[in-house]
Amino acid sequence: MSAVLAVCEQRDGVLRKVAREVVTGARRLADGLGATVDALVPGSGPVEGSAELGRFGADRVVTVTAGAFARYAPEALGQAIAERARSGGYRAVVFAATATGKDLAPRVAARLGAALAQEVTDVVVEDGAVIVTRPVYAGKALLKLRLRSEPALVSLRPNVFTPVERPRAGTAETVALDLPVGRVVTREIKAPEAGALDVGEAPIVISGGRGLKDPANFRLLEELAAAFGGKAAVGASRAVVDAGWRPHADQVGQTGKTVSPSLYIAVGISGAIQHLAGMRTSKVIVAINQDKDAPIFKVADYGIVGDLFQIVPRLTEEIRKLHG
Amino acid sequence: MKIAVCIKRVPDTETRVKVGPDGKTLDESGAKFILNPYDEFAVEEALRRKEQAGAGEVVVLSLGPAATQETIRTALAMGADRGILLQTDRVPADGLEVARVLAGELRDGGWDLVFFGKMAIDDYNHQVGPMVAELLGLACVTAVTHLEIADGKGIAQREIEGGIEVVEFPLPAVLTADKGLNEPRYPALKGIMAAKKKPLEVKPVTPGAGGLEVLAMTPPAERPAGKIVGEGPDAVPTLVRLLREEAKVL
Repeated sequence: MSAVLAVCEQRDGVLRKVAREVVTGARRLADGLGATVDALVPGSGPVEGSAELGRFGADRVVTVTAGAFARYAPEALGQAIAERARSGGYRAVVFAATATGKDLAPRVAARLGAALAQEVTDVVVEDGAVIVTRPVYAGKALLKLRLRSEPALVSLRPNVFTPVERPRAGTAETVALDLPVGRVVTREIKAPEAGALDVGEAPIVISGGRGLKDPANFRLLEELAAAFGGKAAVGASRAVVDAGWRPHADQVGQTGKTVSPSLYIAVGISGAIQHLAGMRTSKVIVAINQDKDAPIFKVADYGIVGDLFQIVPRLTEEIRKLHG
Repeated sequence: MKIAVCIKRVPDTETRVKVGPDGKTLDESGAKFILNPYDEFAVEEALRRKEQAGAGEVVVLSLGPAATQETIRTALAMGADRGILLQTDRVPADGLEVARVLAGELRDGGWDLVFFGKMAIDDYNHQVGPMVAELLGLACVTAVTHLEIADGKGIAQREIEGGIEVVEFPLPAVLTADKGLNEPRYPALKGIMAAKKKPLEVKPVTPGAGGLEVLAMTPPAERPAGKIVGEGPDAVPTLVRLLREEAKVL
C-alpha cells in the first residue's frame, strides 16, 4: 500500500501544534490516494506530543532521532527526509509552510527532483493526481495546480487545515540515525518574550496602523491581545513597520505575512490593497477606524466607526469580562 | 568578493489582479512591473558585501521575458556591475525548472555568495534560492534578516515563529534576503545614467515544463458585505455579542 509522509516539527523536544494540521492534510491526501499516513517526527530524543498524531490520522508515527536534530539542521534533515521519501515509495510528502518548512521543503524537492507547491490552502486528489490551490499575488488570485511528480511535495499554510480527529493506529516507531549536522548550523534560538505568539500562527490577530498615531499607543493593542488570554498576537501595517514603529516580523500584507486567523481585528488601518491581500482569508474580520469610507470596511464583517482611543479600551474591558 | 544576485520582474504591489483570457495567467495589460521587493534587499546586501570587501563584482541574473532587461537595469542603477538575462517568454510554474536554469548559468562561476530575495511577491513560490543551493551543492540560509561575514564564514539571523534563529555557515553560500536585512538604496541619477552603459548579456533559454501544471487561475471569493455595527465605544457590546453569537469566534 502506498503512503503519504507528514513531516512534523518540534522545538525543544515538544511537538509543535502545526504538526496536527500537517497530519490532517496528509490524511486527506491519503484518503484520496488510498494510502496510509506516516508521520515523521525528527528530534534528538523522544518528542513530547507525538503520541497524539494517531488521533489526527497517522497510521505510523516514526520518530527519527539524531543528535543533529536537537535544533533545526537543514542539511541533515533535508537528507534524511529525501532518503526516506525515495526508499519508502511515498506518493506525497507534506510539510507545514512555517519558517522551517518553507526552508526545508525546497531542499528536499531539489534532492528528489520533485515538484513542490508551497503555502497551499487546499489539497484534493482527482483521478489519482494531487491537486492543490494556493494564493498568488498575495491572495489577489488563486492558482489551482496539478502536481505531476512522484512524490508530490506540498507545504500547508498554517491555520488553514483545521485539525480533524480521524483516529488511526499511530503505531510508534523509532529510527536512530547517525548523521553529521552539516555545514549550516543553528547556534541558538533567541526568543523575544516568553509565550509570545507569532502573527502567522495566532488564532487571533490584532493589527495596528497609522491611526495609532504613536508607537507607544500599540500598548492599547497589546492590552487587548492580553485580554484574549494568550490566544492573540499583535500585527502591524506596512506603513508603521516602514516607520520603524514595529518589527518586520509583525507586518501583515504582501511584503509581510499572510495570515488566516479565526479573528482579525484591524485598528486604525485604512486597508491598502497590499494589506488586504495579507489578511483577506481571515475567518472573521473586524475593523475599527475613524474614516467610515476607509477601504478596510469593504472586507470587514463587522465595523465600528469612531475614535480607536475610546473604542479599543472598551473592547479590552468587554473581552476581559468574557474571560474573567 | 564575487557575488551573484538572482532577481525577478514582478507586478507592482498596487496592481489590481485580473485573470487573462486563458484562465490560467495574469492579464498583464495595464500592470506596472517592478524589481521584486525582496530582491532589492538582495541587491543591496550584495553591494554592501562588495563594498566591505573593497573589491569584487556583483552580477545580476534573471530569468524572464525581454522586458526583464528593464528590471536588470534597475539593479545596475543601484550599483551592480553587469547583468545576464536568461530570456524566455515562458517562466515555468515549477520553481525547480527555474532553479535548474539558474544553476546551469551559475555553475563553476567561482561565486563567494549568491543572493536571492526570500520569495517573489507574484507567485509566492518561496523555493528557487534553496533549490539552486542544493543543485550546486552550496550551503544555504533562507529569509535572512541580519548578516555578518568574516574570514570565509558567516553568521545569519532568520525569523522563525516566535523567535530568531542564529545560524552559522561557511562560504560559498546561497542566501535569501528578508525585509529588515538592510535599507535598499535608491538609484541616483548618476547610477541610472551609468547603468545604461553597463554590460547586459542576453541568453535565450528553454526551461523544462516541470511537474507543476497550472489548471486555473481564479479571483478569490468575494467576502460577503459586512456591516457597520455602530459608532464609537457604545457599539462595543453589540460587536462582542455578534462575535459570540453570530460569528462564534469568541
